[in-house]
Amino acid sequence: MEKKIEVLKEAKKFVSENEGALGKGKGKRWFAFKMMMAKKWAKFLRDFENFKAACVPWENKIKAIESQFGSSVASYFLFLRWMYGVNMVLFILTFSLIMLPEYLWGLPYGSLPRKTVPRAEEASAANFGVLYDFNGLAQYSVLFYGYYDNKRTIGWMNFRLPLSYFLVGIMCIGYSFLVVLKAMTKNIGDDGGGDDNTFNFSWKVFTSWDYLIGNPETADNKFNSITMNFKEAITEEKAAQVEENVHLIRFLRFLANFFVFLTLGGSGYLIFWAVKRSQEFAQQDPDTLGWWEKNEMNMVMSLLGMFCPTLFDLFAELEDYHPLIALKWLLGRIFALLLGNLYVFILALMDEINNKIEEEKLVKANITLWEANMIKAYNASFSENSTGPPFFVHPADVPRGPCWETMVGQEFVRLTVSDVLTTYVTILIGDFLRACFVRFCNYCWCWDLEYGYPSYTEFDISGNVLALIFNQGMIWMGSFFAPSLPGINILRLHTSMYFQCWAVMCCNVPEARVFKASRSNNFYLGMLLLILFLSTMPVLYMIVSLPPSFDCGPFSGKNRMFEVIGETLEHDFPSWMAKILRQLSNPGLVIAVILVMILAIYYLNATAKGQKAANLDLKKKMKMQALENKMRNKKMAAARAGGRYVYVCNVCNFSFSFSFFLSFFFFFAFSPLDGEWHYCREQVIPQSLPSTFLALLRHHIQGIWLFSSGRKKREMKMWAYKLGSSDF
Amino acid sequence: MGGSGSRLSKELLAEYQDLTFLTKQEILLREVLDNETGSERFGDCLRQHSEAHRRFCELLPQEQRSVESSLRAQVPFEQILSLPELKANPFKERICRVFSTSPAKDSLSFEDFLDLLSVFSDTATPDIKSHYAFRIFDFDDDGTLNREDLSRLVNCLTGEGEDTRLSASEMKQLIDNILEESDIDRDGTINLSEFQHVISRSPDFASSFKIVL
Repeated sequence: MEKKIEVLKEAKKFVSENEGALGKGKGKRWFAFKMMMAKKWAKFLRDFENFKAACVPWENKIKAIESQFGSSVASYFLFLRWMYGVNMVLFILTFSLIMLPEYLWGLPYGSLPRKTVPRAEEASAANFGVLYDFNGLAQYSVLFYGYYDNKRTIGWMNFRLPLSYFLVGIMCIGYSFLVVLKAMTKNIGDDGGGDDNTFNFSWKVFTSWDYLIGNPETADNKFNSITMNFKEAITEEKAAQVEENVHLIRFLRFLANFFVFLTLGGSGYLIFWAVKRSQEFAQQDPDTLGWWEKNEMNMVMSLLGMFCPTLFDLFAELEDYHPLIALKWLLGRIFALLLGNLYVFILALMDEINNKIEEEKLVKANITLWEANMIKAYNASFSENSTGPPFFVHPADVPRGPCWETMVGQEFVRLTVSDVLTTYVTILIGDFLRACFVRFCNYCWCWDLEYGYPSYTEFDISGNVLALIFNQGMIWMGSFFAPSLPGINILRLHTSMYFQCWAVMCCNVPEARVFKASRSNNFYLGMLLLILFLSTMPVLYMIVSLPPSFDCGPFSGKNRMFEVIGETLEHDFPSWMAKILRQLSNPGLVIAVILVMILAIYYLNATAKGQKAANLDLKKKMKMQALENKMRNKKMAAARAGGRYVYVCNVCNFSFSFSFFLSFFFFFAFSPLDGEWHYCREQVIPQSLPSTFLALLRHHIQGIWLFSSGRKKREMKMWAYKLGSSDF
Repeated sequence: MGGSGSRLSKELLAEYQDLTFLTKQEILLREVLDNETGSERFGDCLRQHSEAHRRFCELLPQEQRSVESSLRAQVPFEQILSLPELKANPFKERICRVFSTSPAKDSLSFEDFLDLLSVFSDTATPDIKSHYAFRIFDFDDDGTLNREDLSRLVNCLTGEGEDTRLSASEMKQLIDNILEESDIDRDGTINLSEFQHVISRSPDFASSFKIVL
């Protein structure tokens, strides 16, 4: 370090001297100014980086978890923190561009029918039970879609609310895609091209220790897992694959998959049935329903998500896979379960939406009748006096159309809330109470609770990550219809961080098998991307093909939600721009763009493949080059030292000296089996002829055995030996 | 005001900053140095170096804790190994030995300590990390990893207990496999470039070869 400091001091002195010297002459002042600005800019960038790093929350907590549990458990919390960041951006977008303008500049509560609690529900609108269900006052507020007015501009700044609502919805989806893709590509870069099996053992030895571990217990676990890893890998490498009783194994695996399908089908049906029942309950009087009936739908989904993975684990016992492969199967099955549940839920929801749209038509007809009646009655009562007070009906008394968008938003919000509660209760009961029980009842129990059956729970990384991913999927689906959903999610993630950090440190023990987290990172991000795609599909479908409700929301009165864009183009942009954009949406142009993108994808794919092949080629060349270098070195050493001619078998490093004449004989008789034979001079202890002959024989027999036992192919090259050639 | 004398001079800090990779912000110290004019990339590294200096001073006896003497003091290995971050590490002695610049190679000065933290920090390049990893794994300091080195390395990784060690045949098999995978020029040892080639393909290395104060 001292040497480095000296060199650095000298370098700095030199640079500062030359800086001054460079500025001599005409452009001196400008140059100095440029330098100063560059320095200030660099300093500003550095300060900004500092500030960004200082803003990163929860660094200490995560570090404590890392040192106690290793990097795989900590990766869950890092993922949670990253999600928090993404949700924060979504929250800022929806809050500042949708909720805040409506709250500040929109018409207040009670001024329009859509913004008022109907007269029938007014009495119970502020009850906690009703609010908890997000009905009543919560429903008629900025939290949900139905509250927003469809006027084109609001407030003194002429803020275009419907346009903003639509664009923010699209932007949220776009931003989420961007951020997930960026994270994935960054991880691919770290991956180094995915050479999975080339350096299996070397990686196990050189990179398996986690230097972040600071806890002796974790270190012990890590030692054990490393040892087990080694032993497994060694036995796998050594043992030939003995296929014992293939048919039994196949039958058991088929059976296990069959059970899994049964479970998936059963859970799908359960959810569908629960949604149907909840629709029936919605028809009944809310006061007659107990708590379970009201929340049945959400509880069913959460409970299924809790218990089915353990069932899958049980079925996996039948299958007898390698643990890593079994983990992948388990993750895949849980993913299928959660996905199936989500989609059944959406299907049931679509059913309800269609019902509501049908209902709307009836209500529309009714309202026109009702209006006509009211006007007739009003005109009748003022038939003589023509200067009566204007026609006025209190907004709470106006009959309402059903608002399917608010209903969708409410469903998602309720689902999220019940999910959160289920998770917390599970952690409390499953982890905390269990840990208390094991800890305190251990003294008066027959067997050792800590090592035996219940023992402390390990932190289930994959289960937690999947739960997080699916929750995020629900947020993405619901946030168009309930702008408050990202805000609720922020609260949830915030409390989840603290709560789970506490639970992990307090009730969990480090895993016995410590898996590396980094390669699974892309796996989880891949699943997140898939969920993002699958959850935005329904939303986009609903935006594009369903008519918005006629009396609630910012798009009421339009035929389709996206017409707001066309309207904006007509009114707010100069006419030439509208013409240009209309040309751009010409089908021919769109098809051409799609074709170009397909071609680009194909080209990039081909380039990537070509580069991989070039990579392999270079590796081979490197190996060949190293071999050649070694042989050349040996030749040079022999040429310098002088001595007898020798044969060097390059593959097995066996060398022996032989006389010039006999070399012909043995070369032609025995050479095909070994690698490269070269002439080179080498300083050699002269050996007696019979012993070298026997050595050669032994060596060739070994070569025959190695070759026929099917081990790795050696390169078979015959070098024409050069008799007395000048290159050595 | 922090009391343990971690007021390193600005120039010294700036120099350290230029030479090490410690550019991330770490655990905050409550000292804020006034007027930052003169040294450029100052603030970010300040806290990390100050934290490192604070931890280093805690290992020194009381009389050596002033700024000047702490920079020159040599901390013997037993003290360094008592740091919680290093205690559980099976390579702790090798790490100390590699970074020590004292002639007897039995103690670390503050600058050695900074070197250590810099190599193990988040922002050090994979090249530097693999270079130092090679030196740490090279138990006999001969510039190559031969079978002896590899077997000692594996023994470090499998822990101290007798039941966790590998048997002789397993060890031989393991080392044979390693050499077959990594030893490109087939000379029976792994040199630095072969090691770096193996490590550069590994996705886990940079994230696991990390120590954070």
